[in-house]
Amino acid sequence: MTATIGTPSAGPSVQSQTLSVAETGGRPRAPRRGVRSTAVRLILWVVLVGFALAFLYPFVWLLSASLKPRGEVFDNRLIPQTLVPGNYAEVWEQLPLLSWMGNSLLIALLAAGLVTVSSSIVAFGFAYFRFPFRNALFGLVLATMMLPGAVTLIPTYLIWNQLGFLGTSVPLWGANLFGSAFYIFLQRQFFLGLPRELFEAARVDGASYWRMFWQIAAPLSIPSFIIVFIFEFQASWNNLQAPLIYLNFGSVENFTVPLGISYAMTQFSPTNGGQGDYQLVMVAALLVTLPMLILFAFGQRYFIDGLATQGRKG
Amino acid sequence: MALSDPAVTGRRDPGDGAPGGPSARTAPALRPEPRRRKVKYNRREAIAGFLFIGPWVIGFLVFTLGAMIYSLVISLSDYQLATDLITRFSFDNYARLFSEPKVMVSLSNTLFFAVMAVPLEIAFALGLALLLNRLGRGAGFFRVLYYLPKMTPSVATAAVFLLLLNGNFGAINRGLALIGIQGPQWLTDPAWVKPSIVLMTLWTVSGTMIIFLAALKNVPRDLYEVSSLDGAGPVRQFFHITVPMISGAIFFNMLVLTIAALQVFDQAFLLFWRDQTSAAPESSLFYAVYLFQQAFRQFNFGFAAAMAWLLFAIIAVITLIQVRFGNRFVYYEGGRD
Repeated sequence: MTATIGTPSAGPSVQSQTLSVAETGGRPRAPRRGVRSTAVRLILWVVLVGFALAFLYPFVWLLSASLKPRGEVFDNRLIPQTLVPGNYAEVWEQLPLLSWMGNSLLIALLAAGLVTVSSSIVAFGFAYFRFPFRNALFGLVLATMMLPGAVTLIPTYLIWNQLGFLGTSVPLWGANLFGSAFYIFLQRQFFLGLPRELFEAARVDGASYWRMFWQIAAPLSIPSFIIVFIFEFQASWNNLQAPLIYLNFGSVENFTVPLGISYAMTQFSPTNGGQGDYQLVMVAALLVTLPMLILFAFGQRYFIDGLATQGRKG
Repeated sequence: MALSDPAVTGRRDPGDGAPGGPSARTAPALRPEPRRRKVKYNRREAIAGFLFIGPWVIGFLVFTLGAMIYSLVISLSDYQLATDLITRFSFDNYARLFSEPKVMVSLSNTLFFAVMAVPLEIAFALGLALLLNRLGRGAGFFRVLYYLPKMTPSVATAAVFLLLLNGNFGAINRGLALIGIQGPQWLTDPAWVKPSIVLMTLWTVSGTMIIFLAALKNVPRDLYEVSSLDGAGPVRQFFHITVPMISGAIFFNMLVLTIAALQVFDQAFLLFWRDQTSAAPESSLFYAVYLFQQAFRQFNFGFAAAMAWLLFAIIAVITLIQVRFGNRFVYYEGGRD
């Protein structure tokens, strides 16, 4: 790398730099540099705070809009002129938000729980055992990550239709029984980091393969389990398209929160004869976001770790 | 598909070469890669291995391979959901891709969006990551704040931005008016529809930022020290040290963001196509939205499946080009294989 930097054109400047350092003896420069670096740090902080405000503004706006009366939702005041905490009581009457939340929670727990267990079983298979075509099959696992979701969207719908699960929540978590490529990759990496002697010792003691997974590998892999669980929980909780496809008929009560809010946005719109009760949409939007912020507050480290792993994949 | 090959080969070494890698079990001497082919598999162990990966095999056969074949069959036939019957096979659905003007409209919308969004996302995320990396202490605090939008469900983001972006009384145009700029009609002016979705995408760019940040942390400090002794300024250092050293992360992000941009659905759907009764500007018709409409509103499953295959082909071609191009500029530490 240094060779690339020391290109011929850099020659003269290098010389003059060394010269000036030699002339000044390096000492008088030091305080000036200190002032400069403080100034740089100050500018850095101002810029970063500026971006932080830009990122946070929509949240503050949302919170404040959720506390406003219908006519003032659009007034862009960050502190509501008229405070209407009653919106938070009214929303439960106007929308079946409680059952939406229950549905979303159940689906997210099932989706995340199932995919964590199934992916780690499969990952252990790839990490520990030796069997024919193992590397080819694992290559196939990685290859499926490249497949755009749009390709399997329609046949997957038709498969669930054939099985008679349309209108139920099964299609929203059913496929998670079979593991998911990225999570298999992630957990395999984790298992490969475990010392193999542990398993050899257990083997000598006569432990079955299943016990090696369940009583040795699994308890040691709690951090990677948490990463997979919270990633999938978030993905499931935020998912709009799948509920739109599988639940968007029949009873409104069966909706998930994102689908419900999308429905409410349309229902409340004046073009559909609604009253424009956007303050209630804002309350619902805040309530659907809040669990994710709490999840992030507790699982922050795992989200960051998981993402960093994702980058290493490339 | 193309990406998987280097990925697999790259991964094999750390896995099997690690202490106690899988080959250590029967004969430690067999650990070196080339000789592994001759290994006889332990029958019991091989069976157990297949049982462990069994769930994935079933899932793959049904929801990936089976689904792909299913999709191919219905795209090549006159399949109707109501009758669940196929009476004849033809290329009609694929021919329709080129005669239906909305396919090309939505495709060019999507490509236009991707070309606009991906470089901006990369630049913005990299810029933020550089700032945070420079900051050192306190970076964790900002990282958390910047990550919050990524946690927000798209439906909440859309609900807020629907009002923030309102051309007449939205906060964004009010803010622009303060500095004397007449803001555009973000949500109704066909020319501004895509920029408004780009804006929402940029708000949730922090996932990309985290990946850059992790890559920046791995750039050895002494490279900067040595080069500044050689008189390299920050700009030179950025282009000659930082960019080559994190080229892997840039490449990965570009690949992932491009694939995501070509399938963008949630924001476009929520802002423009959620309400079937009101008209939306055609410039907001993204490919994934049109595909969704064809499949689940019109129930033209065969046609929608053909659309999906066209998208697959386009993504595959673009990915291939990126991999080809990327291999030339990505710097692999310790060489490539």
